[in-house]
Amino acid sequence: MLVKEAKPKSLWDAKIVRTALIDALVKLHPRTMMRNPVMFVVEIGSVVTSVLLAKDLVRGSGSFGFDLQITLWLWFTVLFANFAEAMAEGRGKAQAETLRRAKSETMANRLLPDGRAETVSGSKLRVGDLVVCCAGEVIPGDGDVVEGVASVDESAITGESAPVIREAGGDRSAVTGGTRVLSDQIKVKISSNPGETFLDRMIALVEGAERQKTPNEIALNILLAGLTIVFLLAVVTLQPFAIYSGSPQTVFVLVSLLVCLIPTTIGGLLSAIGIAGMDRLVQHNVLAMSGRAVEAAGDVDTLLLDKTGTITLGNRQASEFIAAPGVSNDQVADAAQLSSLPDETPEGRSIVVLAKEKYGLRGRDLTAHQAQFVPFTAQTRMSGVNFDGRVIRKGAADAIERYLKENGGYLPKEVQATVETIARSGGTPLVVAENNRALGVIHLKDIVKGGIRERFAQLRAMGIKTVMITGDNPLTAAAIAREAGVDDFLAQATPKDKMDLIKKEQSQGKLVAMTGDGTNDAPALAQADVGVAMNTGTQAAKEAGNMVDLDSNPTKLLEIVEIGKQLLMTRGSLTTFSIANDVAKYFAIIPAMFAGTFPVLNALNIMHLATPQSAVLSAVIFNALIIIALIPLALRGVQYKAMSAAALLRRNLWVYGAGGVIVPFIGIKIIDLIIRALRLA
Amino acid sequence: MTLNGWLQILFYFVVIVLVAKPMGVFMTKVFSRERTWLDPVVRPVERVLYKLTRVDEEREMRWTEYSIAMLLFSGVSMLVLYLLERTQQWLPLNPQKFAAIPQDLAFNTAASFTTNTNWQFYTGEQVMSYLTQMAGLAFHNFASAAVGMALAVAFIRGIARREKDTIGNFWVDMTRATLWVLVPISLVAALALVSQGVIQNFKPYDTVKLVEPQQIQKVGQDGKPVVDASGKPVMDTVTEQTVAQGPIASQEAIKELGTNGGGFMNANSAHPFENPTPFSNFIEMVLIFCIPAGLTYTLGRMTGSQKHGWAVFAAMAVLFFAGVTTAYWAESRGNPLLAGVEQHVSPLQPGGNMEGKEVRFGIANSALFATVTTDASCGAVNGMHDSYTPLGGMVPLVNIMLGEIVFGGVGAGMYGILIFVVLSVFIAGLMVGRTPEYLGKKIESYDVKMAMLYVLIFPLMILVLAAASALLPQGLATLNNNGPHGLSEILYAFTSGTGNNGSAFAGLGPNRWYNLAMGFTMLVGRFLMIVPMLAVAGSLAKKKIVPPSPGTFPVTTPLFTVLLVSVIIIVGALTFFPALSLGPILEHLLMHAGKTF
Repeated sequence: MLVKEAKPKSLWDAKIVRTALIDALVKLHPRTMMRNPVMFVVEIGSVVTSVLLAKDLVRGSGSFGFDLQITLWLWFTVLFANFAEAMAEGRGKAQAETLRRAKSETMANRLLPDGRAETVSGSKLRVGDLVVCCAGEVIPGDGDVVEGVASVDESAITGESAPVIREAGGDRSAVTGGTRVLSDQIKVKISSNPGETFLDRMIALVEGAERQKTPNEIALNILLAGLTIVFLLAVVTLQPFAIYSGSPQTVFVLVSLLVCLIPTTIGGLLSAIGIAGMDRLVQHNVLAMSGRAVEAAGDVDTLLLDKTGTITLGNRQASEFIAAPGVSNDQVADAAQLSSLPDETPEGRSIVVLAKEKYGLRGRDLTAHQAQFVPFTAQTRMSGVNFDGRVIRKGAADAIERYLKENGGYLPKEVQATVETIARSGGTPLVVAENNRALGVIHLKDIVKGGIRERFAQLRAMGIKTVMITGDNPLTAAAIAREAGVDDFLAQATPKDKMDLIKKEQSQGKLVAMTGDGTNDAPALAQADVGVAMNTGTQAAKEAGNMVDLDSNPTKLLEIVEIGKQLLMTRGSLTTFSIANDVAKYFAIIPAMFAGTFPVLNALNIMHLATPQSAVLSAVIFNALIIIALIPLALRGVQYKAMSAAALLRRNLWVYGAGGVIVPFIGIKIIDLIIRALRLA
Repeated sequence: MTLNGWLQILFYFVVIVLVAKPMGVFMTKVFSRERTWLDPVVRPVERVLYKLTRVDEEREMRWTEYSIAMLLFSGVSMLVLYLLERTQQWLPLNPQKFAAIPQDLAFNTAASFTTNTNWQFYTGEQVMSYLTQMAGLAFHNFASAAVGMALAVAFIRGIARREKDTIGNFWVDMTRATLWVLVPISLVAALALVSQGVIQNFKPYDTVKLVEPQQIQKVGQDGKPVVDASGKPVMDTVTEQTVAQGPIASQEAIKELGTNGGGFMNANSAHPFENPTPFSNFIEMVLIFCIPAGLTYTLGRMTGSQKHGWAVFAAMAVLFFAGVTTAYWAESRGNPLLAGVEQHVSPLQPGGNMEGKEVRFGIANSALFATVTTDASCGAVNGMHDSYTPLGGMVPLVNIMLGEIVFGGVGAGMYGILIFVVLSVFIAGLMVGRTPEYLGKKIESYDVKMAMLYVLIFPLMILVLAAASALLPQGLATLNNNGPHGLSEILYAFTSGTGNNGSAFAGLGPNRWYNLAMGFTMLVGRFLMIVPMLAVAGSLAKKKIVPPSPGTFPVTTPLFTVLLVSVIIIVGALTFFPALSLGPILEHLLMHAGKTF
């Protein structure tokens, strides 16, 4: 897969680190820094100490060595935070780079109104233009197939090398610019202007160019800015108190105290966490159209899951033929196989397989018998074959019953009973009829995906309700729901039912996530708080959703929810850690500030730091280094386990709350010992 | 510390636990306008009041209108009190013929009583007429308490309501708080206090002959002892004493019940006419906590999560015990510098540091009273906080710095701790992987912004004004002590003012700077904090309620209690630790090194 290929081998990929180092310097520009109030304060502090340091240099000062080290570490603090952000962006940029290659200039065969084709540059295409793409050509822009069928290599977008079929009409009509036609020829109606294509948006998204702060990030930023002001007050007013006490402090020490107290750890890593969250989604081949959607995924209360493909393996499989009274099983198998031979649907193929394996029926050449295949339509809801005068039909019980009645037949009681038994067990009964007589029933079975039950149990533990959406009748739906362990199901669901369910859940204050691919899913995808469109789906569905799954794997919804939660957890954990850190820093710096005048205050120096200068310096260095140390955690996210909120809170409070109090005591002490050993202060 | 002392403290706490539920249930009914057994008496009065004032009791207000009504009421009633003070010399009920109160002191006092602070830069029995005390100060004792309760209930409604614009009617909430809760309880409590010997009369002051004439140092106009040419202090012989009188019991009850704290006498609840016996002392302490403790039950009841109400109660209880234990321990240890003085407990000695404490209360009940009065925003005192040991005196200071949310002022404590709940939920709520929710309501940037504003104003006022006082000559002019103790006194004054507590560390004389700065900070500490608080209430009321699930952030568990306590301590401690380290902490360490101030 492309994205996996582009994924850096390790967190510290040399190329990304190199770029990030340069970006960290570029980001020192005040206009960039102002977006991050906490780090902006640190930058101002660094500038102030630098100016004073220059004055020191000119006039001479007794503590130049100390002042210089403080100033340098303050700048490092800012740079480390910038580096964290640049690292997160760098990973996205590397992916964007690969995508850009797919965007190379293409030529298009634009159809003129008179039907002739002209060759124009792909960038000249506008919405509504018609282009023709032949085998081997790159599709010049996003659009819908209006004529023809073709196999298309979409690996540039999805990373999946197997070609996919794109055809006019239906839910498989969308094509993406930059993908390659492998066979046949299609006529495409262009649906986006240059610069606005899916590929363009994708590049912008992974690069983080258009990144806007998400609602929760904004709220957290307000909290951090508020805390920064509180600490600014505490430090600024400390000087008058210090003067009153006869122990005025230098600006270097005051700025050090301020920088140590304000939440630089989370302030420095906050945007990196957000970018990395988006990036994790991209690694799962999911594109979120906004950071807001990723956050919403963490908040989801209800998951609407399509049965097929999500809960069950894509297709039902024939497991049994059950004959009507007076008919042999072989007869049923024979008719079922005949009607399914030209049927390319997975169900059709599974019937042929069953007939072969269990009844030894081999495939027959239908063309020789001038067989006529009757495909499934939404109106008849049957398919079948006309073969040597035999009219064979198979379909849902009610469809066949109507068909039989129209032809003077009827559905025997016994067959009806079989149909109900199968339905109640969660299977899908298909009735096979020949001419006007019901031969028997094919038992199609849904195969529930392995491990899905456990996944749902985890979701339940986390308070997320799962609702299975299916077109099946309520009996079948209930049986599968039971087997898969979903909380609820919506049977015989129409797009409107789906929509109503979403609205009902939302009216209770719940957030709803769903997947969809068809055009008729579009309104529901738009209504849902998290709408994941399948990449194979229609353009309309992709426009309506706020995420696109490039693998078109509906089970991905579960991972998306987990990534959303992990993003929020990482933010919360590091915020808690950052604030808890302050306790130790106080015990390092406050005695150091005043022990000169009041030696009794050394009682607060519980870490027994060597000298006041080494104490202040150790706290500042710890404060800077912890940002670097936590970059991997910010980029990977905190460890995620499915458990109840109460259990999660307990665990994270211990790790990041209690840990946040203890770790700096140890860290500052170690740094102090090193400073002592190196005679730096 | 003695077992007897601890048993008294525990007994007090048990009574508070027992009082919480009935008070909570009763207040829920009162503010939900349900029927109570007091209705036959009080309801007709209420109706007449609404008729006279043309209040439509069915009409509810948005948070903005609620704020404006509250500000208007407070502003106008503050002005009335100011005018009353300025014109008392012409008004009746002034047997001592007291003159008008000077402008800046009158402003300070008006601000002080309107904001439920009851900081007193005056000596009540020496400057205030009976009319000013009763119609002015006592009125505000009721009104400011009723305003506080109304605000707390409005906030609780904000949490409990679903997709509503309104949070109640200010006039109705205030009227009902007064008629159903404050007046009846005060009435009963005043009688109980009278039974203990608290006086209630309108007599002019008595003059009595001293049993033994006393020699006291003569004090000059500038407040300093007068010395003769040789530098010896000049002594006066005193043979008579003026004994102040007045309608004290009626004031005393509401002073505690409304967590006002402004004493009729300067000595406040240390004065035998205000607080004559250990039992009256106990009644007064129960009065201070009964409404705030009850409101935690009201919170649970109105939000439909009684467990949450108890979780909040538990957090308050933890902080209460932390405070009282520290204070009791510090005071019992006594002063190491007084090595020759008997400081051990014996049948004839209460032991420990008895300086500034009343013998009839002893160490335990003084430490308990000091903790209770500052846990709540009461500010009544039964001893001199200034004379406590540095750490013992730090307990009241820290209690106020935490925001007086340990049960807290009537109403003010409830909405104060709820702001901390909102912040705790926001900080830790993210750790469960969802947008933080408080009882089903999502905490969003607007709520965080307003909550942070509330949290910010508090240290802003305290630290900036205290820092200014520590530098300005005006700030240092009337300071009686120097060194860290002087700093504690300055800090305590602004903390007490901004926190609307009103208790004093003394040692700080009034002057124009302190009158105005304190008056200003009391007003800001009350009203500028209320407005963002109501904004949060209004915003919460509008939100949907997400039904609880295993994924919901738990606000009912012991873990939540621990979290809430941690957030309160960490936010408070981190803000004030530097200042404290140069005040009481330094003083404590110096004391053990042999130096006092």
